[in-house]
Amino acid sequence: MITDQLKAILEETRNQIKEATSPERAEELRVKLLGKKGQLTEILRSMKDLTPEERKEAGKAANETKANIETLIKDKMNELKDAQKKLRLHAERLDVTEPGKWPKIGFKHPLTQIIDEMTDIFMSMGFEQVEGPEVETVFMNFDALNADKFHPSRDMTDTFYITDKTLLRTQTSPVQARTLLTKEPPMKIISPGRVYRCDTPDATHSPVFHQVEGLVVGEGVTMADLKGTLAEFAKQMFGQDTKTKFRPHHFPFTEPSAEVDVSCFKCGGKGCKVCKGSGWIEILGCGMVHPNVLKVGGIDTEKYTGFAFGIGVERIAMLKYEVDDIRLFYENDERFLKQFK
Amino acid sequence: MLVSVNWLKDYVNTAVPVQEFCDRMILSGSNIETVQPYGTGFEKIVVAKITKIEKHPDADKLLVCQVDAGQGAPVQIVTSAKNVFEGATVPVVLSGGKIADGTEIGDTQFRGVDSYGMFCSAQEMGYEDKVIEQSVANGIWILPDELKAGTPIQEALGLEDSVVDFEITPNRPDCLSMLGMAREASAVFGTPLKYPETKAKNEQGDVKDFIDVEVKRTDLCPRYTARVIKDVKIGPSPWWMQKRLMHAGMRPINNMVDITNFVMLEYGQPLHAFDIREIEGGKIVVDTAKNDDVFTTLDGTERKLNDTILMINDAKKPIGIAGIMGGLDSEIKEDTETVVLEAANFNKDNIRFSSKALVLRTEASGRYEKGIDANLCEEAADRVCALVEQLGCGTVVGGSIDIYAEKQEAKAVKARVSRINMILDTDLSGEEMKKMLESLEMHVEFEDEDTMVVTPPTVRQDLLIEEDYVEEIARLYGYNVLPETLPGNANVARKTPIQTLREKARDILTAMGLDEVLTYSFVSPKSVDKVGITETDLARRNFVKLINPLGEENSVMRTMVTPSMMEVLATNNAKGNADARLFEIGRVFNNSPINCDGQPVEAEVLCIGLLGSDADFFVLKGMIEELLYLFGVEDVEFRQETQMPMYHPGRAADVFAGDYMLGTFGEMHPDVSERYGIEGRVYTCELVFSTIAGLSNTDILYKPLPKYPSTVRDIALIVDDEVHAGDIRDTILENGGDILEDAELFDVYRGKQIEDGKKSVAFTLTYRSADKTLTDEDVAGVHGQILEALKKEFDANLREM
Repeated sequence: MITDQLKAILEETRNQIKEATSPERAEELRVKLLGKKGQLTEILRSMKDLTPEERKEAGKAANETKANIETLIKDKMNELKDAQKKLRLHAERLDVTEPGKWPKIGFKHPLTQIIDEMTDIFMSMGFEQVEGPEVETVFMNFDALNADKFHPSRDMTDTFYITDKTLLRTQTSPVQARTLLTKEPPMKIISPGRVYRCDTPDATHSPVFHQVEGLVVGEGVTMADLKGTLAEFAKQMFGQDTKTKFRPHHFPFTEPSAEVDVSCFKCGGKGCKVCKGSGWIEILGCGMVHPNVLKVGGIDTEKYTGFAFGIGVERIAMLKYEVDDIRLFYENDERFLKQFK
Repeated sequence: MLVSVNWLKDYVNTAVPVQEFCDRMILSGSNIETVQPYGTGFEKIVVAKITKIEKHPDADKLLVCQVDAGQGAPVQIVTSAKNVFEGATVPVVLSGGKIADGTEIGDTQFRGVDSYGMFCSAQEMGYEDKVIEQSVANGIWILPDELKAGTPIQEALGLEDSVVDFEITPNRPDCLSMLGMAREASAVFGTPLKYPETKAKNEQGDVKDFIDVEVKRTDLCPRYTARVIKDVKIGPSPWWMQKRLMHAGMRPINNMVDITNFVMLEYGQPLHAFDIREIEGGKIVVDTAKNDDVFTTLDGTERKLNDTILMINDAKKPIGIAGIMGGLDSEIKEDTETVVLEAANFNKDNIRFSSKALVLRTEASGRYEKGIDANLCEEAADRVCALVEQLGCGTVVGGSIDIYAEKQEAKAVKARVSRINMILDTDLSGEEMKKMLESLEMHVEFEDEDTMVVTPPTVRQDLLIEEDYVEEIARLYGYNVLPETLPGNANVARKTPIQTLREKARDILTAMGLDEVLTYSFVSPKSVDKVGITETDLARRNFVKLINPLGEENSVMRTMVTPSMMEVLATNNAKGNADARLFEIGRVFNNSPINCDGQPVEAEVLCIGLLGSDADFFVLKGMIEELLYLFGVEDVEFRQETQMPMYHPGRAADVFAGDYMLGTFGEMHPDVSERYGIEGRVYTCELVFSTIAGLSNTDILYKPLPKYPSTVRDIALIVDDEVHAGDIRDTILENGGDILEDAELFDVYRGKQIEDGKKSVAFTLTYRSADKTLTDEDVAGVHGQILEALKKEFDANLREM
């Protein structure tokens, strides 16, 4: 009798579980059959009235039925959970083309980036970075650098004066003069920084701009060293294929002096608008340190020689990024600043 | 310096294409700005003779001309030009041709009359207004009659030329002359230098019968050479000379003036021609003026003199300012018959001072102040005379007056072959070097095997020390042929601590989303007023002032960066960049001299500016806290700032690290923001970066990770509104014994359920022991102490959570 009941229950459960559409319904069935007051529990409880043989048989059947039902419910439950998970995952799908949300990082000023790049290159060649005051003495800015007493660059039309003895440095070379006065050779330094000249701002002039200047003094320092150093700098800065051309020039603080052109890093030397068709771009001035400059630092010019160079940061930045108006660097429009990744 | 390649060939044979000429000149040290071709860029312009001119039947201002353009049949051309006449020889661009600006000329009709070409001005052949002879500057170019009709104009006038604009550096005034450039080219191309003819063949009479010269200031006038030319016939100079002057950027005027200009360009020696009728007493006296003397120069301007200005006088009155400009009356006129020619040398510094004092710069003064070789005077004067004779515009009077007290010699310099080779890293022999130097007309003798004694030509005043000869050898040998090496000594370079920290600050700030800006270091003194700095804030008004600023807005060095930052924020705001987050690390200057030279204090400042929806006081404070934490600055404390009207009175703070004041930050006062045209809230900070860097300690000591779990207690306290959360936290930490790890503010609440004038402040207290897992009892004791202390200190009561 009991076995019939069990069969019926199993059959009914099978049908009901088949129709269940949610894990909750499956759980409900489990409680209804297998819970403390469930149908199957009731049947098992009623077996105490049977004979031992009947009980043995019925017990076996009941356990089988219970195991079957548990399996049925468990399978159904897994099936339903899987279905539900699938639904959820489907519902959670994203439009991956929507914008990301990570906070935006800021940008270093393009001139800082150029200075950093230059100083990195020179430091890798053993140049120390030295800094100095921006309000300089006339002596350090001009006299110590062998500038003629009447050199036009000393005029009030060229240089900003604070007093008759102090001025806004027109170059970072006075840092070199200070180094020559305070240190003993060998020395190998660069001085990046701000400099000032009386130029009314326009597309190509700024009364405030930046330079990176360098100085090497030691025994047996040659013009070949100057050429090698700057050729290496040019390769690191503008690409391994960059060629350099040294043209004789004149500066008061160097003798011999040179201007350096690099093969155009935009067109590789074929000629374009950046190099104005010539294939070459002038990037810096340099030379062997004039003995008068070394003498100011009390350096024995027979024993020591040296070279020096100066690079305009804005000029390099304008060429590299093809910026056509120097004022953009000091206007600080975020739409400009945010272009320099 | 404009150098016509054709003209240069008179002195040196440079038989190479122009491009190669330029390249080799550049590499030897004569840098080139531009190369201007002449005689190209136009087509079908030919010589034509106007055979007949008739009035246009229907237009008063037009003429109908028949011209012989060598075409067989006459060509009809309608023109509005006023300076044409029958028989004139003119350039004509024929139909199908084009002029220098690219305009193409075709057949056309003017009021019903056909025209088959156009008469041309010099401009239409590519000449600038300023070099065209005055009489044809505003009309058709009237050409010499001897030209044959139909000849292409390039051929007829020999227009084809390249004019190279050399950039002459201040050490090489000798190159401001054709002969100077020819000397360079001669050395570069290895061809000899040919000097021009300076001998007049038929001199008549004696100069002493015409003029006498006295130089009272031989210090300011080392040499004065005078020659006389009589029977002068003023007229136009020949075309070949005009062309050279035009290509050199000078306007032809008349034969006498053109010759002096021509020779000035040849030798670099300025020359002046006086009409002898204007020299009273037959005598020239060179002497300084007296203070407050007045003199009218040939440009018609009356000029006030002083006793340092050197003058050319006659027996009675001044007739010219030495080396700068002649007087109004003494210049050459149409009817001038006898000319006194001056070729003088003046002290370059004196000319510079005079030129500056008079605010008068001329071609001559520009040359004198760069320095000219006194030995050129006689030769240049002779060359003028030779040309006068050659051109048939006068008779040269014999002899010259030459006041030359002390002959200027070139300085002989010792230059060691070994030293030159050492500096250049070359292996040149003494003989090779000697040859190079001789190609520049230098005299070389060997004192011993290694030592050359070099005497340059006197025009080379730039060669004074051995290194100057290192450059001469280097540039002739070729900079680009020198080897390339790296300096021998290996050494290590590291950033200094401040450089490292500056870079670290930039990295941190950009990681926080701030963009770096750079602003001018000089500002308007009013900029501090604009941000609301008080009159009594003397430190921020202690400006380093510029003597010669570009304008008021750039007249003082900044004492703070915030005003510049506000300007940048305003610019961005005005341009619609709604969320600007910016920083600048820059120097500020305070006019307190740090040494006897009077150099001011320079300090580095970090300024942040925030604008837009994400910005608020605590965002800015968080940035500052994070920066200081990452810099390892300890004992950081924030105190309410109430003294600076720049800020919102309730939203500003001073930042301290122990006893050091690091700076201030806060929300800008709305009045300040309004002055910059910003409506929204603006937040700025200004911290002394130098101080922060000095306090930075980034030494790291590892702390073992905790072994035991922590226990957390949340408390909410009711306190008076004025009580600072920071003070409460300090009290909590002070009373936390060994086991309180942290106290973190997580809520501040005012409003419902809280009495007016009070607030609820909630903290999370984290307890942990290094030795064991804490029990409730372990915590209870300390926690109780904390609550007691808070009650005592702030009358703080626990609020039901």
